[in-house]
Amino acid sequence: MVHGAWFWLLGRIDLDSFAFVRAWREPSLDRLIAAGAAAMVVLGAIAAFAIITRMRKWRYLWENWFTSLDHKKIGILYIALSGVMLTRAVIEAVLMRMQQAVAVNQPGIVKPEHFGELFSTHGSIMIFFMAMPFLIGLINYVMPLQIGARDVAFPLLNSVSLWMTVGGAVLMMASLVIGKFSTGGWSGYPPYTEMAFNSGVGPDYWIWAVTLSSLGTMMTGINFAVTIYKSRAPGMHLFRMPLFCWTSLCVSILMIFAMPPLTVATALLALDRYLDFHFFTNDLGGNMMNYANLFWLFGHPEVYILILPAFGVYSEVISTFSSKRLYGYRSLVYATMAIAVLSFTVWLHHFFTMGQNADINAFFGVATMTIGIPTGVKVYDWILTMYRGRVRFTVPMLFSIAFIVTFVIGGMSGIMLAVPPLDYVVHNTLFLVAHFHNMLIPGLLYGMIAGYQFWFPKAFGFRLDERWGRIAFGCWVSGFYLAFMPLYVLGAMGMPRRMAGVFQSEYLPWLLVAAVGGFLVLAGLVALFVQLWVSIRRREEASVPVGDPWDARSLEWGIAAPPPEYNFAHIPDIETRDPFYAAKEHGTAYDPPRHYDDIEMPKNSKVGPLLGIAGAACAFGLVWYIWWLAAAAFVAIWGVVIARSFVRDIYKTIPAAEVAREHQRWLSQVAAARGIPRELETTPANQGLAEGAAA
Amino acid sequence: MDQQHAYRRQLRTYAIGFVSALVLTCAAFATVRFHLAPPQTAIGIVFALGLVQIVVHFRFFLHIDLERSARDDLQLILFSTLITLLMVGGTLVILANLHHRMM
Repeated sequence: MVHGAWFWLLGRIDLDSFAFVRAWREPSLDRLIAAGAAAMVVLGAIAAFAIITRMRKWRYLWENWFTSLDHKKIGILYIALSGVMLTRAVIEAVLMRMQQAVAVNQPGIVKPEHFGELFSTHGSIMIFFMAMPFLIGLINYVMPLQIGARDVAFPLLNSVSLWMTVGGAVLMMASLVIGKFSTGGWSGYPPYTEMAFNSGVGPDYWIWAVTLSSLGTMMTGINFAVTIYKSRAPGMHLFRMPLFCWTSLCVSILMIFAMPPLTVATALLALDRYLDFHFFTNDLGGNMMNYANLFWLFGHPEVYILILPAFGVYSEVISTFSSKRLYGYRSLVYATMAIAVLSFTVWLHHFFTMGQNADINAFFGVATMTIGIPTGVKVYDWILTMYRGRVRFTVPMLFSIAFIVTFVIGGMSGIMLAVPPLDYVVHNTLFLVAHFHNMLIPGLLYGMIAGYQFWFPKAFGFRLDERWGRIAFGCWVSGFYLAFMPLYVLGAMGMPRRMAGVFQSEYLPWLLVAAVGGFLVLAGLVALFVQLWVSIRRREEASVPVGDPWDARSLEWGIAAPPPEYNFAHIPDIETRDPFYAAKEHGTAYDPPRHYDDIEMPKNSKVGPLLGIAGAACAFGLVWYIWWLAAAAFVAIWGVVIARSFVRDIYKTIPAAEVAREHQRWLSQVAAARGIPRELETTPANQGLAEGAAA
Repeated sequence: MDQQHAYRRQLRTYAIGFVSALVLTCAAFATVRFHLAPPQTAIGIVFALGLVQIVVHFRFFLHIDLERSARDDLQLILFSTLITLLMVGGTLVILANLHHRMM
């Protein structure tokens, strides 16, 4: 413990707070692993800093990316953040699989305390800093293009949301180097996370990282919902929107309503920890059951926040690669809405065993099973979209098909868990772990990967390598089955979740299989990075400047790849669903507009990055009791907000002549390109023009 | 001329809204101040007046009505109400039940 001036200056930080120092003083394997992870963070940061400085890219990054309010760039930054966090969380997952495979009747490679940190960070990162940024990034990039808008409704708010999420992610990374993270799991249940049982910095790291990200997410929800309501192109009725926009709309509404209970729950927990309140404590009138209630009021809609965007991606991918109109569009829309509403009626199934009476459990059990109906409608719609279509097995399509099969298996185990008596039996076992990974890996991650593969050519102007994509697909899918199917068996055998070690030898074979699966998943992730690297190196031969590599249907494919900053040289008039496909059939897809106008776009702003930095600093100060830092950063946050309100000059104008020049250059590329049949779409012949489209 | 007409009509809606809001507020205060009903009933009356007050605000000040142009807003408001009721009501039911069984 530190005293006096030190405390004033550095709060609770002392030498033992640093992972390196702890490893130096007692060089056990456990501590060396922790120090190694810390070293990866520090070296990674230094390497990134050095490379950017050496290439003199700081100004470029700041001016073109960090301060940009362009929804496309913000989307890409979100996905880049997600990629970094995914890498860390997958490595942690592999470490946990190794630990459990090794620690049967013997100590494993990490100590129980460290194992607790691993599953807490793995869960928190995967939900808040991998899944959410990935889907928000994808919606950010695609949705405004699909509804024919030039940007989201509140471009600055968009940037603020991004940087608050980044601030939270920085806090997660900092916890590897300085201090220890929470051991309370991703849900951080009190009273375990209260001061009485956990006086260290771990739960504080969790509280503030999650708070930053949830505030950012709620603002994103408002932003997207308003964009879809107010910024659609003329003629783009709600029922002419692509399904991805519909799922985005439902997700944004879920975000608006579901994030506040989480913010409230973490804020109340913070009051307990910092100001000695008693919301969730054991004594003095605290009620920790209300925490579980509040947390899952957020937590269950969150599940659908995660899954619905992937449903949108699958709808686009399956209809495009089957060369067919989406089957049952209206039923898909209504199913999406039904899922969104029902998601607010089932949160209690996360705590069937907490002690409420059987009637209440039965009600929520039935409500839970009801969600299976609209989801089933969707599965049939996707299958019927493929039926008699010209299905092409590209990488996004492969992930979509793997999703359908795997997701149905996970859904069935979900129906089992929805039965309260059965839930009592497998509650808190690996059966549950298997179930939710079985929903979220196909229902979220495969969808995000499919979307990334599908829209990458639109964003960067070249296709991703097909061969490495298939290798990644093989590793992800086989890795998933090997890693998680054994967990169903282990759960049914009674193995509790979150165990750092067990004493039942009969678990061992299944744990070994699961560990192999974990390594395969890691290989799948590596393959994705190799694919990106290979594709960047061969970008010339895979380039698709015309912008429609998959003979696709919605608006975003009818513009250049990558699209200009203002998206559309001329905002299109929409007369039908699948407007770009209809235009291609009429041969009007690449007609020049009658005239060009000046376009007004938002200017760059430093507000987002500044708020992100100040937010992270404030949170860091709060975690370590560095009060001067927290106070200064808090004042800085509001100072920036107030200063911004005086800025009047926030738009720039792109002259019509420049728009015309860029657009005509693209049109000449269209004229020079050769339309290709679908058999050639994965070859260098594909320049992004479909056969017969420019007739 | 037409503009002036629209202006008059708007002014009238605002006046109606203002007066009804005032009456509803005064009625609520009066119920409590002059003991116009037994306490339990008074709470019910104040609550009911509050609900009517909400509708008045929506109708006259926020221009949410059954016209087509306001349909989106109305749907959003109804949806928000539904979700809020689900969350608040559900929480009350669950926590009351847990409380009951803990006693």
